[in-house]
Amino acid sequence: MSKFSTCSFMSYTTLLQPRASLKVQKEGIVTARCTKVARNLNMEKLRNNYLFPEISTREIEHMKKYPNAKIISLGIGDTTDPLPEIISSSMADYARALSTPEGYKGYGAEQGNKELRKAIAETFYGDLAIKDTEVFVSDGSQCDISRLQLLLGNNVSIAVQDPSFPAYIDSSVIIGQAGDFQDETGEYRNIEYMRCGPQNHFFPDLSTTSRTDIIFFCSPNNPTGHAASRKQLIQLVDFARENGSIIVYDSAYAAYITDESPRSIYEIPGAREVAIEVSSFSKIAGFTGVRLGWTVVPDELLFSNGFPIMNDFNRIVCTCFNGASNIAQAGGLACLSPGGIRALLSVVDRYKENARILVDTFASLGLKAYGGVNAPYVWVHFPGSRSWDVFSEILEKTHIITVPGSGFGPGGEEYIRVTAFGHRECILEASERLKSLFS
Amino acid sequence: MSLIHHNHLSTSISSSSSTFLARNNFNIRTQNVSLPAKNNGICKCVAAPLSEKAAYKTKVSRNENMAKLQAGYLFPEVARRKAAHMLKYPDAQVISLGIGDTTEPIPEVITSAMAKRSYALSTIEGYSGYGAEQGEKQLRAAIASTFYSNLGIEEADIFVSDGAKCDISRLQVLFGSSVTMAVQDPSYPAYVDSSVIMGQTGQFQKDVEKYGKIEYMKCNPENGFFPDLSTVPRTDVIFFCSPNNPTGSAASREQLTRLVQFAKENGSIIVYDSAYAIYMSDDNPRSIFEIPGAKEVAIETSSFSKYAGFTGVRLGWTVVPKELLFSDGFPVAKDFNRIVCTCFNGASNIAQAGGLACLSPEGFKAMHEVVAFYRENTSIIMETFNSLGFNVYGGTNAPYVWIHFPGQSSWDVFSEILEKTHVVTTPGSGFGPGGEGFIRVSAFGHRANVLEACRRFKELYK
Repeated sequence: MSKFSTCSFMSYTTLLQPRASLKVQKEGIVTARCTKVARNLNMEKLRNNYLFPEISTREIEHMKKYPNAKIISLGIGDTTDPLPEIISSSMADYARALSTPEGYKGYGAEQGNKELRKAIAETFYGDLAIKDTEVFVSDGSQCDISRLQLLLGNNVSIAVQDPSFPAYIDSSVIIGQAGDFQDETGEYRNIEYMRCGPQNHFFPDLSTTSRTDIIFFCSPNNPTGHAASRKQLIQLVDFARENGSIIVYDSAYAAYITDESPRSIYEIPGAREVAIEVSSFSKIAGFTGVRLGWTVVPDELLFSNGFPIMNDFNRIVCTCFNGASNIAQAGGLACLSPGGIRALLSVVDRYKENARILVDTFASLGLKAYGGVNAPYVWVHFPGSRSWDVFSEILEKTHIITVPGSGFGPGGEEYIRVTAFGHRECILEASERLKSLFS
Repeated sequence: MSLIHHNHLSTSISSSSSTFLARNNFNIRTQNVSLPAKNNGICKCVAAPLSEKAAYKTKVSRNENMAKLQAGYLFPEVARRKAAHMLKYPDAQVISLGIGDTTEPIPEVITSAMAKRSYALSTIEGYSGYGAEQGEKQLRAAIASTFYSNLGIEEADIFVSDGAKCDISRLQVLFGSSVTMAVQDPSYPAYVDSSVIMGQTGQFQKDVEKYGKIEYMKCNPENGFFPDLSTVPRTDVIFFCSPNNPTGSAASREQLTRLVQFAKENGSIIVYDSAYAIYMSDDNPRSIFEIPGAKEVAIETSSFSKYAGFTGVRLGWTVVPKELLFSDGFPVAKDFNRIVCTCFNGASNIAQAGGLACLSPEGFKAMHEVVAFYRENTSIIMETFNSLGFNVYGGTNAPYVWIHFPGQSSWDVFSEILEKTHVVTTPGSGFGPGGEGFIRVSAFGHRANVLEACRRFKELYK
């Protein structure tokens, strides 16, 4: 079941046109229909819809055009496989217990259920000395990223990989850090774009990267699928340290790593003093709809005046948030039980196999496909093309939804992202259709 | 291949669903973080012990707006005091009438729907991934028809969320740092605090206990808890909560008509918080959209928290009418939608299944029964303080009783009550300077606890 953006305003072409302000004359008195509240200038700076609702819109339009087509969604990175029963039953049990005096729970700690925080610290950071008190449970990375932006404020500068998950840039624009969009370059003026491509092994050339306060870094990467090596991450941590910068490290796809690449930034010495790590149960556990994630803010991470960042993040979490759903947290705890982990790994394995099938498909067609080894995304190069055109052609001719690379930044132009989430039959069917199209 | 660093499963994690369900201290919302004593810009690190050399500091400046905040958010502070008290008196039977946290179990018709949805997620037909960020269609439709039928509010105007507190901050992000705002004084602290964090305010002025650039609209017994709008300067945004937290006062149709007119004249936007509307016993409006013209000036935010005991489940909604326009004609709902798509990813699908069950005929009836229970608690508390000769406000239309202690510091009264009766309340000054001299007693609690608390109040104040 794909989700659709149900907002009736989301027609792509009309989105950016403001509704005309009408004045209604009534008994000689002019009654303005507009308020006198100025629109937030930062919102005006956003160029388009958020990327993924836009993809949904295109899917809906395509379905209307071809009502009998079997559309295969390899676009939005939405998990498809049912939850293991050990996890769903724990959530069901918890929900039912809310009807009992002993089992009823009201407000939970905003930072998350204590046991869950401990389980996250032990499971993912067991040897890395991350304490449960440094783990903040949330309703997902996209939300955490915006809360981090709120924490940091509009006076900080950011760097992002190019291409990157659009929430980093868009949240930066919304909070007022990004400056104006420059049509010539496709970049926001104040953001440092760190190009990541085959030419530099998908790791930025830090010697040419300007200092920024914050560096968003996602590994394994969405959309390129590249997992940074230990050597690369040491460079990154050193770079951050020299510049007094803070890395916001997105490890949402760490479970998809198949080689020895680091799964957490805290595997790198010195990272505790320079990095925040954000992660999610979405792609580990199929919790895209259930909503559960976490952010690690180490004790040692300090602002320039010595104030612990954790204290401010805690204040944000207490003021702008009210905790993740207790039922979702019960599910999270079940995920991290021995039985739960085993069950989740087999689902992740299925997606990884999907990725291998897709990589093989593109390789057999002579197309350069990156990623797919350490992440559930395949990043396919169509040199000389415009990615929205390739997206449209693939959609039109094979009824497969992908994501155009330029949606992830100017560095994504000429690329298409194909996700490996999907039922095996769909992945195999999609492979056949792609082979027909491109052979 | 392992999820976990180093190829072994951590066997120290118990299969913990049973421990999760066990009675424990979860309800104490203590911060696990030690806060610095003074919240100024210069602060020693209070985290890990320092080594011989000075602790490494990044070169990232702290957000000035965060530095403006005076103390921790109010309710964690109350929780902290409660926890300290419990340590001091380990045998005391502490009763919580402080944080407005629901206590009664959720009706089965609602939890079984959530259990059903959970199980369904394990099936091919029933599994769903990302939901629409604005909320599941059925739930949006049910909210529209249950609460706004005949008011011209449609499904598309409803945005489902994980709660009002989160929505308030998302609205602030939407409005940006350049807008001015007005709040009732006293008011729910999230409006002011989120405004400070967004950079809309000036510094805190200790002499008046107010942040610069916020318009505080005093609501007290003298003005019937409705601001004198003739003395209120124009602001872009007006936060208005009715029934009110903390005063319990519910605005009349006549008052809200004046408020809407005021907003219209000034071109302002009302953010109307109706989280307690279900507690209304008088014939006051339950929604701002009952007032003609409100769709062009108001946003309404509400929550299942106090309706259905969903304080931990997390579900709420915000209504942004399509008629609400910025000064350039741009629809506010379009920008809110963009925020919701970018800064949020939808409320939990299981919580939404629960919400839908809440709005079924059976669920709706069951919800009202729990609400009636809390309203009975409220009556008991009101009767107690009335009988003790206090000036008691609120309670009739909200689960909060607002009690006047003239000439006294509310934190002092809070401490005295806590010390002498082991009952946690909330000091009125936590809600703004207009709350000084008042104590808020919340009516959420098991009946036995409420009765016992009232007995102790009678002892203390006889």
